[in-house]
Amino acid sequence: MEEKRIILKNCGVIDPRSLLSYLEIGGFKSFEKARDKMSPKQIIDEVKKSGLTGRGGAGFSCGLKWEISRNTKSDKKYIICNADEGEVGTFKDRYLIMNDPFSLIEGICIAGLAVGAQEAYIYLRAEYHYLYDLLCSAVLQVKEKGFLKHMNLTVFEGAGAYICGEESALMNSIEGKRGESRYKPPFPPVQGLWNKPTVINNVETLANIPHIIQHGATWFSSMGTARSKGTKIFCVSGDVTRPGVYELQMGSSLKGLICNLAGASDLKAVQVGGATGRIIPISMIDIPLSHETVMGSGAVIVFNNERDIIDIVYKNLLFLHEESCGNCTPCRDGLEAMVGIYERLSVFNGAQNDLKMLEDLSRVMSLASLCGLGQAASIPVMDSLNFFRNEYIQRIEQSMLLRSCRTIDDQCPREVERGNQI
Amino acid sequence: MIKEARNDHCSKCGNRSELLQRLKQELKGNRYLSREIMAKVADETGISLSDVYGVATFYSFLPVQKTGTHVIKVCRCVPCDIKNAQAMIQFIEQEIGISPGETTSDGLFSFQLVGCIGACDQAPAMMIDDELFGMLTKERISEILESYRDGAMPLSKVASKKIS
Repeated sequence: MEEKRIILKNCGVIDPRSLLSYLEIGGFKSFEKARDKMSPKQIIDEVKKSGLTGRGGAGFSCGLKWEISRNTKSDKKYIICNADEGEVGTFKDRYLIMNDPFSLIEGICIAGLAVGAQEAYIYLRAEYHYLYDLLCSAVLQVKEKGFLKHMNLTVFEGAGAYICGEESALMNSIEGKRGESRYKPPFPPVQGLWNKPTVINNVETLANIPHIIQHGATWFSSMGTARSKGTKIFCVSGDVTRPGVYELQMGSSLKGLICNLAGASDLKAVQVGGATGRIIPISMIDIPLSHETVMGSGAVIVFNNERDIIDIVYKNLLFLHEESCGNCTPCRDGLEAMVGIYERLSVFNGAQNDLKMLEDLSRVMSLASLCGLGQAASIPVMDSLNFFRNEYIQRIEQSMLLRSCRTIDDQCPREVERGNQI
Repeated sequence: MIKEARNDHCSKCGNRSELLQRLKQELKGNRYLSREIMAKVADETGISLSDVYGVATFYSFLPVQKTGTHVIKVCRCVPCDIKNAQAMIQFIEQEIGISPGETTSDGLFSFQLVGCIGACDQAPAMMIDDELFGMLTKERISEILESYRDGAMPLSKVASKKIS
């Protein structure tokens, strides 16, 4: 299997500190084409026709989002680049910004033309502060070159909150509030930042735009599957010999990615999409990577046969529980309850009805939570119950055995032998 | 009257949108956001103190309690956890004599466990202040901590991916 480096093609080739090096390889030609030869409607139609979908995990049509904002009457419109890459196992945006910030900025410039936005932000997570100066310098160089006459672009740094990767929480954060999710509708393209039409796109999504404008929608949509067009950057970590970023055509095989490219062996399972990502057992790793099957943010965490699936799910839930904004009961209290169950399972104190409880909680959380964090938190729970149920059953049986030893005063042979007081 | 109300709303928007950066600015000269600092920010922005406090306590990079000069943040998420993060955490505890959530008695280090910092390809990883350190080993941690004790802070080492 081979990579198909389109979005990553400039990484390691250009100097990320120098706009000149980007211009020398044809950078900003797409922006000039969009600005001088295309109307906003033509730009939007091209992006829609390309089939480009969001690369942050939600997979919404990029062109449709732009079109909705374009068609919403307002004195002010915004573009936000979501660089709050907090999803567990994801580091592609870090890699892109570090090695080619200009593709991203060119994409933002084109988005501004299409939507008619006057103001744009790159919301950079605080943990990436070491990229702040590089990004600001890139923006300044682009501005000085005259590519930002139509729009003001600011790098806005977050302050450490995973939930601010969710678009409504992100907007609240820019507005100087707690990063809590909003009720939707209204949706951001209609009513977003300061209640104005706002397009929010992931870093990777925007980095695709110059290529689509340069080579055309037909070229882009010739790659991929029915609903997942183009290429995707995957981030492989865990039990592999070659962790890192890999760019593949949509629809490529998960097995090819982790075994051929990343060097996985002795496989037990793979989690695709981050902390709320699907857990794929070894029997299914031939699965193609796409919106239709599994993908999410592109995080691919590989587990070998030494790994304890219950512990992995527990650690994911601990993270989500910590990061929940607390705004809605199903997520806040549901995660609290789930963490309690897994805490007991982790110390061999599971109970007979734990599995039913987890299934009931999963159903409620997925239906009733306000945003994706709560809605998707139960995905790894349900997948692990589906594919590794035996491990849970064994854990509960061991728990019951241990408890029965403890509760039979002076009758547990092991305790008598040890002379322990119960 | 409508124009005044709109202007007032816009100035409040402007003040409000600066809040996060304003609070971060205060941290440049202070180790944490004390009540006095938050009250000053509240006064200058026209936002209530309780609102400022509510915002500050939401974000992990805005401490409202005393922290050390340097804040060690070790990632405890799954990709780092399966690459021995737990052993690194225990080693740091031994090296600096405190547990996560605490600050050393000399005020040099605070120690926290955090969510994913986007360095999963360099696992296990940690941050000290804004610097990222990946591919941690006990030897590397010792060297890094020593350099902070000496006052010569090392630059972070975030390796880029192999260039094909």
